[in-house]
Amino acid sequence: MNFNSTDAKQWLRMGPRAMFGQFMINIAKKNKKLMVLSADLGRSSGLARFKVEFPKQYISVGISEQNLVGVAAGLADEGFKVFVTSFAPFLSMRASEQIRMNLGYMKHNVNLVALGSGLSMGFLGNSHFGLEDIAIMRTIPNLNVTCPADCSELGKVLDDYAFNDRGPSYIRLTGIPGSKNVYDKNYAYKFGKNITITKGKDILILSYGSILGQVKLSVDALKKMNINAELINIVSLKPIDESVISLFKKYKKIITIEEHTSVGGLGSIMAEKILKNDIKSRLFSISLPDKFGPTGTYDYLLKHHGLDSYSITKKIIKLVKKI
Amino acid sequence: MLEKIDKIKKLSHKIRKTILDISYNSGEPSHIGGALSMVEILAVIYSNFNIKVSKPLDRFILSKGHGFLALLSTLYCKNFIKDKKEIFKFQKNGSDFIAHPIMNKSIGIETSNGSLGQGLSFGVGLAISYKKKKINNSIIVVVGDGECYEGSVWEAAITATENNLNNLFIVVDCNGHQNDGAINKMMNFEEMKKKWLGFGWNVNSCDGHNISALIKAFKKNSKTRPTAIIAKTTKGKGVNFMENNNDWHHGRLTKNLYLESVKSVNKD
Repeated sequence: MNFNSTDAKQWLRMGPRAMFGQFMINIAKKNKKLMVLSADLGRSSGLARFKVEFPKQYISVGISEQNLVGVAAGLADEGFKVFVTSFAPFLSMRASEQIRMNLGYMKHNVNLVALGSGLSMGFLGNSHFGLEDIAIMRTIPNLNVTCPADCSELGKVLDDYAFNDRGPSYIRLTGIPGSKNVYDKNYAYKFGKNITITKGKDILILSYGSILGQVKLSVDALKKMNINAELINIVSLKPIDESVISLFKKYKKIITIEEHTSVGGLGSIMAEKILKNDIKSRLFSISLPDKFGPTGTYDYLLKHHGLDSYSITKKIIKLVKKI
Repeated sequence: MLEKIDKIKKLSHKIRKTILDISYNSGEPSHIGGALSMVEILAVIYSNFNIKVSKPLDRFILSKGHGFLALLSTLYCKNFIKDKKEIFKFQKNGSDFIAHPIMNKSIGIETSNGSLGQGLSFGVGLAISYKKKKINNSIIVVVGDGECYEGSVWEAAITATENNLNNLFIVVDCNGHQNDGAINKMMNFEEMKKKWLGFGWNVNSCDGHNISALIKAFKKNSKTRPTAIIAKTTKGKGVNFMENNNDWHHGRLTKNLYLESVKSVNKD
C-alpha cells in the first residue's frame, strides 16, 4: 500500500479506528476470502460502512470475546483471511487463553486488531486502556506483535498481513484522530524490520506506536539544541529485529519510550537484549507507571504521564546530561 | 439396521478394550472414566458420519480434551492410525499422544485441546465456513457435562443459533461427574436439556450407551437450528469397579486391575 502526503493528512484527521475500517474495505475489494469479526464493537471499529458494503464478509458474535477468537480460528482453519477486532484488554486479557490455544498452540492464522490501546480511550478509563497488553501477548509463542505508529503505517501493516502468510498476529492500535503523524510521505515497510526515522550520533531512542509522533517532535526540538538523536521505530515488538543490537554498540545511552507500563514492554525487551549481548551502554526507559492512573482526555493523560513531546524533550535532555 | 447396530456394538467393544490396553501400557494415570463414558458416542459418530482425513467432509471436534484416550482408541479402531505400536506411545516421554489431543490433521486430530470450553466456538467457526462455501457436511462437537460450567460454551451456543447452524451438532456426555466428584444439581441431565432448549437449540436426549437411540438422536436434526444431543452416560462404563466411581476420573491400572477390567468389559 502506497500513500502520499495528502492521504497522510486526511487519514490523520480520521484517526486509526476509522482508518482501520477503511483499510478493511480496500482489502475486501481485492480479497474475497477476507472475513472481519467483531464482538459488538463494529461501529467503534470504524466498520459501519464495511458491514453495509460486505455483509457476507462480516460477522458479529455479540459481546463474547472468548467465543470471538474461537470462531475466528475455525474460519481460519477453513482458509479464510480473518481479522478480529475488539478493545485491547478485551482481546489480550478476556480472550488470552483462547489466543494462546488457537493462535499460539495451533497457529491458526488469525489477525487480532486491538483498538484503542494505550491511553487513547480517554474518559472510558482503565477498564478500557491497553496498559499491559504487549507484556501479555508477547509471551505467547508463534504470535507476532505489531504496533503501527500512524494511520499510514497501519495501512501498510494490515496490507502486509492480508496479502502474505505471516502467521497469527496481535496488531496494537494507539492514538486518536489528530495524533501526530510519523510519516508524511511514502516509505518502505518490511515485516519484522525496524525503521530508522532519524539518523543521529549522540543518543539512541527506540519507540513505537502513536507516541512515536510525540517523540519525533522531541527529536526535532533536540536537534535545534545540537543534540542529535537517532530515532528508530520498533514497529515489530515480536519478532524483534535483531539489527538494533549493532546500534547499541554505537551509543552509550539508549532510551526506550512507550505508551505501555514499565512491565514487559519495549523497555523490558531491550533490557533482555542488552543483558544477553553483554552491551555496556546504559538503558533508560520512559513509560507508563506500573499502576492504574487517572482518566481524562488523551492529551491530558499524555501530559500527566510525561509522554507529551515537551515532557519527553525535558527528560531526554536530563538523561543526555546525566553522567 | 440391526446389522449396522451390531457392527457399531462390536466397534464400541473394541474401542473400550483399546482404552484399557493403552492406559495400562502407559503405566501412568490417565482419564479412563470419562473416556469410557463416551465410547458409544464416538462409535456412532465415526460410523454414521463421513469423517476422513481429507476435506471437505464431516468434522469431529473433541472439546472435552481429557477424553483423548477414547478418541485415540477410536482413531486406531477406525484405521486412521494403522500401527498399534503408535497408540502405545500414549503418555510416553516426548510423545504427541498425551492426556489431551495435539492437533494432527494427517491422522484426524482436528484440534489441540485440554483447556475446556473452547471446542464449540471452533466448531461454530467451521460450521459458518461450511455454510459460506456451500459445503453440506456436518460439524460434530463433544463436550462434557462438567465442561458446560465454562461460560464460553454458552457464548458459542448463542452464536450457533444466531447463525442458524443446522450443520452443527453438539453431544453433551452427561456422565454425571466432574474432577471433584458428582456433578451439581444445576448441571444434571434434566437441567442440561432445559439449558440447551433455552439457548434455542434443537434438543434430543437419549441413553448415551444405546446405539440405536444415539443414531436416532442424530437423525432428528433441524432444518434451521443446531442440534444438541444430551446423552445420559455412566462414567467408567463397562468396567464394574469403575462405574460411577470418580476415583477413575484419572487413575492408574495395575496389572491385576487391568486384567479385572478386561474381564469386565468382555462380559458385556
